[in-house]
Amino acid sequence: MSHKVIIPIGPYHPLQEEPEFFRLYIEGERVIDIDIVIGYNHRGIEELSEHKHFDQVAYLVERICGICSTSHPFAYVNAIEDLAHIQVPERALYIRTIIAEMERIHSHLLWLGLAGHFIGYNTVWMWAWRYREPILDCFEMITGNRNHYAMMKPGGVRRDILEEHISPLKKTLDELNKATDMFYGAVVDDPVIKARLKGIGILTKEQARNWCVVGPTARASGIDIDVRRDDPYGAYDRVDFNVIVEKEGDIFAKTLVRIKELYESIRIIRQCLDKMPKGEIETKIKEIPAGEGIGRVEAPRGECFHYVRSDGTNRPIRHKIRAPSYMNVASNKIAAVGGTISDAAITLAAVDPCYCCTERCSVIRKKDNQKLLTGWDLIKLSQEKTEKLKKEMGL
Amino acid sequence: MKLVFNYLIFPGFLFSAVVGLISGWFDRKLTARIQWRRGPVWYQNFLDLIKLFSKEIIIPTEAKFTFFISPFVGVCASVIVATMLGRVLVNPSESFIGDLIVLVYLLVIPAIAFILGASSSGNPLASVGASREMKLILGYELPFILSILTIIIKTGSIKLEAILNHQIVYGSHIASFSGIVAFLVAFLCAQAKLGFVPFDISEAEQEIMAGTLIEYSGPLLALFKLTKAILLYIMPIFLIVLFIGKDTSLKFLFLKYIGLITLIILLKNTNPRLKIEQAIKFFWGPVSFLAAVSVILALLGW
Repeated sequence: MSHKVIIPIGPYHPLQEEPEFFRLYIEGERVIDIDIVIGYNHRGIEELSEHKHFDQVAYLVERICGICSTSHPFAYVNAIEDLAHIQVPERALYIRTIIAEMERIHSHLLWLGLAGHFIGYNTVWMWAWRYREPILDCFEMITGNRNHYAMMKPGGVRRDILEEHISPLKKTLDELNKATDMFYGAVVDDPVIKARLKGIGILTKEQARNWCVVGPTARASGIDIDVRRDDPYGAYDRVDFNVIVEKEGDIFAKTLVRIKELYESIRIIRQCLDKMPKGEIETKIKEIPAGEGIGRVEAPRGECFHYVRSDGTNRPIRHKIRAPSYMNVASNKIAAVGGTISDAAITLAAVDPCYCCTERCSVIRKKDNQKLLTGWDLIKLSQEKTEKLKKEMGL
Repeated sequence: MKLVFNYLIFPGFLFSAVVGLISGWFDRKLTARIQWRRGPVWYQNFLDLIKLFSKEIIIPTEAKFTFFISPFVGVCASVIVATMLGRVLVNPSESFIGDLIVLVYLLVIPAIAFILGASSSGNPLASVGASREMKLILGYELPFILSILTIIIKTGSIKLEAILNHQIVYGSHIASFSGIVAFLVAFLCAQAKLGFVPFDISEAEQEIMAGTLIEYSGPLLALFKLTKAILLYIMPIFLIVLFIGKDTSLKFLFLKYIGLITLIILLKNTNPRLKIEQAIKFFWGPVSFLAAVSVILALLGW
């Protein structure tokens, strides 16, 4: 370990277009250690949420992430409904499930494209994103938006899926099924892709358990967990689907899990469209009683967890969020070490990291000084930093 | 005077640069169409170059003199290759004994210039890029020279004129068993020399952020881009002269050139990037084996 060179990936790097920082310690081409630094994008969502009333929070948590923009509100409304013991109309449950699965499809296609890009296969990137486009169009048709759908609200959904939406959606799903066949063939049969992905960035079952990874990352390592089946929410207990599990734990397995999940998502949406009953789409909520509730959702990246506590007023007094990437990103410490730089580039991306979900701000308290940062303190801190930067730049 | 014209205007610097840049546009356009994109206008590469030439040169404090000089070395070497190939194609009697050997030497120099420039820039990512480029050269040079050796055995000469004449009399080399195998090998090596996917390892954007080129900016970067453009013109022409040189009239030359470049672009767009050790294994294993087979076939007279 005489000659260590540091290769920085981040804070701004063409690999991942979000602000994050991986410090790779390398010898020759081999990665011998890695430091993970996050926290460039902290926005204080939990604190903000405690200053908004219950209806507004659904839109706030939607903006945690542009990709899981339905998982967070979904988990939040689950928490509220758990807190206030609200019965949601059957139709709303189905609509929520459809939207969540459409989100999984577009998120997995997005990842597939990016993974192609990261191993230098730009054609896969463009093709995957091309087939993602019709799904976004369907979102626009149903919800009015391509990315922030604003469908979830405590007690139900905001918009109905109309009769005329169903046949275009089914047609898109048929095309997508064919596209998935194509991608499946392209990944499983391509010898060069296999050479790049097989046996790379392995996370064994034991390691995966120790690092508490969730979602496709865990399922690719042989851990059979899926909130949709283990703790059903929405209409997942009314439809039939398989939980995809692969044993190898390498990047190839992670890719396979995600591609196979595309098929399952398509199946779930089709079943929901067929089984969806007619009726109301929301229950009017009079007030939220004091108490606490939790909501869990299987986001495209894994389990998304929301905890809400209310004191009987119109806003949460505590809102805790745990996004899946928070658990998954740390596992890179195991998976990326030992490979080459080329392997590290794809390994770091293979957990489908989402930094805007993950950002945390920690304040170390001294024993005598029990001060905690409030939202206003954070704003002041950031203003001070801007002033400092301005001064340094001579402005 | 004629020599100056040859080197600077036709078929040297100006001509090869223009053809190279237009080929670069063809690459970008075809790539874009394959990827369901629209692609740039035909003069986009010229605009890029003009923009780069109008920018300031930033030289890192740790850089050495070779950082400044190596882009020029790269351009000069590729221009000389373009001139020699062009002159022989226009008038075969311009060829001299041993010009094939000179060409093989000169074709390594652009890669060496990249290594030289990168390793004197003082950037760790550039040095990773340089070491990858060096390993890649070690990988592809052996099969590349073996495939050229096949041609030398078949024609019994190291003069381009003799190689062209041999093909005019006996038909293109690619039409024989040894020729097609050697062509396949040389084609893969050309892909690596051009630095295209799956062998764009030294520049891997997503891993080491353009690697060898990371510290270059402005006119110096433009010169490297120009080197790449000229390489995109000379590599297919070189392959045409060696392997499919039966009919070098303008029409057929153009068709063969377009055909080859399309093949290169298709290979580029249907593969992910290899890792450096995989690339070396690939070149020293199956490709070198094929090259050896082609040499043996040539010795047997096939």
